[in-house]
Amino acid sequence: MGDVFKALADPTRRALLDELQERDDQTLFELCTRLLHRGFSSSRQAVSQHLDVLEQAGLVRRRREGRYTFHSLDTSPLKAITDRWRTGP
Amino acid sequence: MRINLASIHVDDQDQALRFYTDVLGFVKKTEVPLGEHRWLTVVSPEDPDGVELVLEPSDHPAVAPYKQALVADGIPITSFAVADVHAETERLKALGVRFTQEPLAMGPVTTAVLDDTCGNLVQIASVPAV
Repeated sequence: MGDVFKALADPTRRALLDELQERDDQTLFELCTRLLHRGFSSSRQAVSQHLDVLEQAGLVRRRREGRYTFHSLDTSPLKAITDRWRTGP
Repeated sequence: MRINLASIHVDDQDQALRFYTDVLGFVKKTEVPLGEHRWLTVVSPEDPDGVELVLEPSDHPAVAPYKQALVADGIPITSFAVADVHAETERLKALGVRFTQEPLAMGPVTTAVLDDTCGNLVQIASVPAV
């Protein structure tokens, strides 16, 4: 697994996770459209590379379905953070 | 100068004619045999004298990788205007159409993306009347 902290340390990547939380299973096109609407000006290649970093950190899963590729959110790597520094009572 | 044609590369002209007429609801405008294929166009019944969509064969070897790369990233080849994206999406889903993007509101514009069954993704979009 890649570095979750490094993956989270970028505002564009955090925005991608926000958008996937709002709707799971998105194509690259939809994610790029959403980021543009949020005011990010990243190219499609840049967004794709951000998704690579998120995938390596285990926060995004890519799923091939026929000729399409969908991206979904996986928050399970975040549990290691709250397990390490307990946030609850 | 004016734009009177827009073309789209389809994997199979018969299947394309069925999908673009029976499913999407366009009507055939011209069909002229041209060797192995046909010059085949459809128009919107809402604008029969408007822009014609040419359903072109995908034979050229550059076409397949181009289409596949766009589809893999979810990128539509073109966009059609509809009155209500949500209603149109429901209508088309009931006819078995596969969507790669559910209706998405981006400010005043709502879009969705569907598979034309001929190797392309197509966007439908509604813009509120000004």
